[in-house]
Amino acid sequence: MNADASNSALKRRDSFAHVAEASWGKGLSTLLRITRMTLRHPWQVAITLISTFLAATLQLFIPRLLGQAIDQAQGVIGQGADSGAEHALWITALILFVVSMLRGFFTMLQNYFGEAVGHQTGYELRLAFYEKIQRLSFSFHDRVHTGDLITLGLLDLDGVRMFFSTGLVRVVLLGVLVGVGAFLLVRTDILLGLLSLSFVPFVAWRSSVTQLALRSTWLMLQDRLSVLSRVMDENLGGIRVVRAFAAQAHELKKFDRAKEAALELAKRRVDIRVGNTSAMNLSFFAAMALVLWFGGEKVIAGEISVGTLAQFLTFMTILQMPVRQLGLMVNSFARASTCGTRLLALLDLDLDIKDAPGAKDLVITEGVLRFENVGFRYAGASSTAALSDISFEAKAGETIGIVGPPGSGKSTIAHLVPRFYDVSSGRITIDGQDIARVTLQSLRKAVGVVQQDAFLFTTSIENNIAYGNPWAREQRIERAAESAQLHNYIIGLPAGYTTVVGERGASLSGGQRQRLAIARSLMLRPSVLIFDDSTAAIDAGTEQRIRTAMRRFAKDRVTLIISHRLSSLMHSDQILFVENGRIVERGTHAELLAAGGRYRALYDLQLRPEDERRARNEGA
Amino acid sequence: MMSIEIDDDEKEDTSRRPAKAVVGSHRDEQEVFGKVYDPRIVRRIWSFVKPYRGRILISVVAVLVFTLTQLAIPLIIRHAIDNGMKAGSADRAVLAWTVGVFALVILINYAASYMQENVVGKVAEMVLSDLRRAMFNHLQRVSLSFMDKTEVGRLMSRLQGDVNSMQEFLETSVMSVGDIALLFGIVSVLLWLDLRLGLLTLSTMPALFVVRLFWLPRAKVAFMAAHETNSIANGALAEGIHGVRTVQSLERQHVNFDLYDEKVLANLNTHLTSARYAQIMVPIVDTLTGIAMATVIVVGGSMVLDRSLDIGVMVAFLFYIQRFFDPIRSLTMQYSVMQRAMASGERVSEVLDVPLDVKDKADAVALSADMEGSVEFRKVTFGYRKNQPVLRNVSFRVNPGEIVALVGPTGSGKSSCMALAHRFYDVWDGQVLVGGLDVRDLTQGSLGEQIAMVLQEPFLFSGSVFENIRYNKMDASREDVIRAAQAVGAHDFIAQLPDGYDTQLEQRGGNLSLGQRQLISFARALVANAKILVLDEATASIDSYTEMLIQKALIRLLEGRTGLVIAHRLATVRGADRIIVLQNGEVIESGNHDQLMAAKGLYSRLYTMNYTSFDDILGAVETQTPIATT
Repeated sequence: MNADASNSALKRRDSFAHVAEASWGKGLSTLLRITRMTLRHPWQVAITLISTFLAATLQLFIPRLLGQAIDQAQGVIGQGADSGAEHALWITALILFVVSMLRGFFTMLQNYFGEAVGHQTGYELRLAFYEKIQRLSFSFHDRVHTGDLITLGLLDLDGVRMFFSTGLVRVVLLGVLVGVGAFLLVRTDILLGLLSLSFVPFVAWRSSVTQLALRSTWLMLQDRLSVLSRVMDENLGGIRVVRAFAAQAHELKKFDRAKEAALELAKRRVDIRVGNTSAMNLSFFAAMALVLWFGGEKVIAGEISVGTLAQFLTFMTILQMPVRQLGLMVNSFARASTCGTRLLALLDLDLDIKDAPGAKDLVITEGVLRFENVGFRYAGASSTAALSDISFEAKAGETIGIVGPPGSGKSTIAHLVPRFYDVSSGRITIDGQDIARVTLQSLRKAVGVVQQDAFLFTTSIENNIAYGNPWAREQRIERAAESAQLHNYIIGLPAGYTTVVGERGASLSGGQRQRLAIARSLMLRPSVLIFDDSTAAIDAGTEQRIRTAMRRFAKDRVTLIISHRLSSLMHSDQILFVENGRIVERGTHAELLAAGGRYRALYDLQLRPEDERRARNEGA
Repeated sequence: MMSIEIDDDEKEDTSRRPAKAVVGSHRDEQEVFGKVYDPRIVRRIWSFVKPYRGRILISVVAVLVFTLTQLAIPLIIRHAIDNGMKAGSADRAVLAWTVGVFALVILINYAASYMQENVVGKVAEMVLSDLRRAMFNHLQRVSLSFMDKTEVGRLMSRLQGDVNSMQEFLETSVMSVGDIALLFGIVSVLLWLDLRLGLLTLSTMPALFVVRLFWLPRAKVAFMAAHETNSIANGALAEGIHGVRTVQSLERQHVNFDLYDEKVLANLNTHLTSARYAQIMVPIVDTLTGIAMATVIVVGGSMVLDRSLDIGVMVAFLFYIQRFFDPIRSLTMQYSVMQRAMASGERVSEVLDVPLDVKDKADAVALSADMEGSVEFRKVTFGYRKNQPVLRNVSFRVNPGEIVALVGPTGSGKSSCMALAHRFYDVWDGQVLVGGLDVRDLTQGSLGEQIAMVLQEPFLFSGSVFENIRYNKMDASREDVIRAAQAVGAHDFIAQLPDGYDTQLEQRGGNLSLGQRQLISFARALVANAKILVLDEATASIDSYTEMLIQKALIRLLEGRTGLVIAHRLATVRGADRIIVLQNGEVIESGNHDQLMAAKGLYSRLYTMNYTSFDDILGAVETQTPIATT
């Protein structure tokens, strides 16, 4: 599947379209695939279906037995001897008891195994989903919103999971009850049989329509509620801005607008729901009244017994529930097909960045990183190339500085080395091996990237540092933290290395987060270490100490420093000035200053005043 | 200090599972179930329901009528059988008449069920909405001390989850009135129809109660476990999605997959257990129903044979039995709903009960727009936690039109000064005066209008660029907005956005760079057109180009205003009329740049130590202040 198609399949479109689209066409093949998935548990599926069949059949016996008992009690069948009639009653009662018990037993099996199949399928889907998400490339994650992925993994997956128990099983149940039941009833008495069933088409129709309407309005309601929660979330998150501008009234107005929109729709949903349930009830009771009337006439005329009439009436009571649930079944089909289509579209995606066939592990010998005429353009961005004609070479022990205005493509260079994206033209080699031809795992172990915005996992500092190497010994973790100038801070915390950080843990400052990210990358012992604008929040002095600490080991590795702060990279062996995706100046700090180009201009802007001041101070 | 990087050759054993590695975090689950009945919370809920009490009354009446019609139907059938079609004495007229009554009853049933569900459903939605609004409104007024202590995520879950479970409670509690009525109705009707048969039939009912009492606590544990493992697994998934770039760059996919597998498997197992618990009740209820029906058949049947019972009564009994266990089942469910609602109500109340400690005095006056624009701190002492003052006896005055820079290490109290000028908090001791008046004597609204504030982290709302710049200055015209943007140098990049000023911003302005967001927040402050500007200078990673823009914008922004600036950049500090140096909550130096340099105090030390900014200077100091007070 190509990227564009996947994109549109994953997009959550207008709510009504969902439902309409769900019913036919593509939905069907999705449902077939989901059905096949459930068949991976053949035993449980078989038990469920057989139990459903048995439970429904047994249930159909109940009205007959009750009718029979009533007739026996009236002495219609057991004419004459009282003891015989009572004996017959005992037998009917016993059978009824056993039938009820067995029905309960099989219903239990039906429900349990139905759910079990669903949960098993859900388990498999969850793993497949997780695995896929973990492996899909950065370009995919750039394109698809995280919120949508989470919804896909939670709600859509649930929709697929529930399909078996709420959709397929109900088809069997309803089929047996209506099919067999109708046959039995109509055979007993055509008129009464048809009358008893007369509510079925109406209820089935109303229930399906209602459920679909509720579903589409539910999706709309979700949209409106998410607007509401966004208002709340932003208000709470930006509370200082709200207070600073004394904007409480303004915010409350925003809230009220969103609230009213949601409330209005919620009320409309109540109308839809209630109007239909009441109408369904009415049609059921109306059918019952007709059966009572015509049946009563027949009893009076001696055509049927009171027991038979009771049988019809009880049968209706039994049938009422499953017929009403037909709507839920339709809903389950609709939900499974839309959710399933989206989910399967994701699971079917090709991994655009994966091991080439016959890929070998990367072997580091000299530690030479080469960019050969590398060009790159982001997927979707049709017109301009993000990078073109980038060539440079770096040997182990060397540091390359990359600088340039925002949007010049300097970060993109960092993302190409570990193959977060694949080059569009040219190639990148490490020790002569094209990185596109080595295994991803070996490549990424060899390339450490300290990213701009360090993501911290909600776990201990220790676990965060050892994230890429969870088997590491404690001493190593501490040494990495020392190199990143973070150790002293950590041991000053009450819980030291076991302090929980991240979203729900203690907050670290921007500089501390970046230092933690540096320590984390050092744990991999990378042969290529890339700082992607990752020291911006670290003060110059600390950065200097980090550099010194790492220098001893830098001889075995290539270091790439991408920064807009010249002080971070002016000591590099080679500095590349990137603009509009091209290297426009290259050389050492001194060479570039002497050249008097863009680098020089940037230097004048950033550092010269400070250098001069320092020179003055030192002179003084 | 040893600064040795990893160079040991000890092989780590990667074949075994890492002992400490985790995916996702286990959140402390809030108490899901509370006491069944807590009068305080019921009163609180009632205060929200009260405005709708007329409708509630209508729906209770409707639900009772509905229940009565439900009860009547088997009796009508009984009447039709016994009086209309009795063998020998059949009477067509009675039958027709009875069917007529049936028709009437079902119409009443229809009307009552419509009324009841419609009214209850809507009232529940409205109460939910009111409750949410009340919480939101309250959070708009509570002091920032509460907001500082409380995570946004926690508050959100109260505004959403807890409010929802209260709604569920409201909807089901009217139903349960109906359930109780139905239960008592069935019992009474059965006993009234035939005392002996009724008693015999009802004898199965206590059995179900006993079984459910025994079952409920165990089942609840199982349900909770399923719920909890589910949220753990979902948390791990969310983390996997959010952190996917880091995971990939550190090659952690294998480890994470195994760990995730464990969590999902645990969830599968708890789900299966809870399904077993849920389903075990089915055969029990069915068996008990079977026993009850068998009893009616044997005992009732013999009585009919003896002619001591009408056949219609037996039919009615059989109908009632089929409805018999429904109310019991839903009532025991209602019990859990109620517990959940109490727990939620407790948390909702916690929010609503937060006292409003910073509020307008009864005789508060509005700060006039033509006040002179001075800010003065008089012997201010203030802190966030008891006995831990952040500011001690701080006094300074910013004269109208003057620009004062606050400088000092992290945790020295700079941000607190800023917050106090705006009365985000109340001082412990001393006074803060704006325009010569104590801020506590002013209305908060007027104070907010005269003091504009720019925060270090620019915060933008979703909506268009235009709406963000105008913010709550609703009378600002489009021209005003554009002029402000031009003044701070934001116009050019805004004009280049796809829809210019009407471009919709993504969440928190995600489609703009940090520098651009900061410029928009400057424009917002300019549109607010306040006399006094309080500003926490941006420090984060802004490239030099944008930084130049921002410096220029800053000068434009401060023109003709009184400025209180937390300065991080030397350029700002040197441009200030006066510099106040804070340390440990005390003013230790004050003067202009040259005076302070000559004094050779902390300022001159900091100044010579650092390159371009006053930021994060204190690698050494930071251990003392684990969490910044900003």
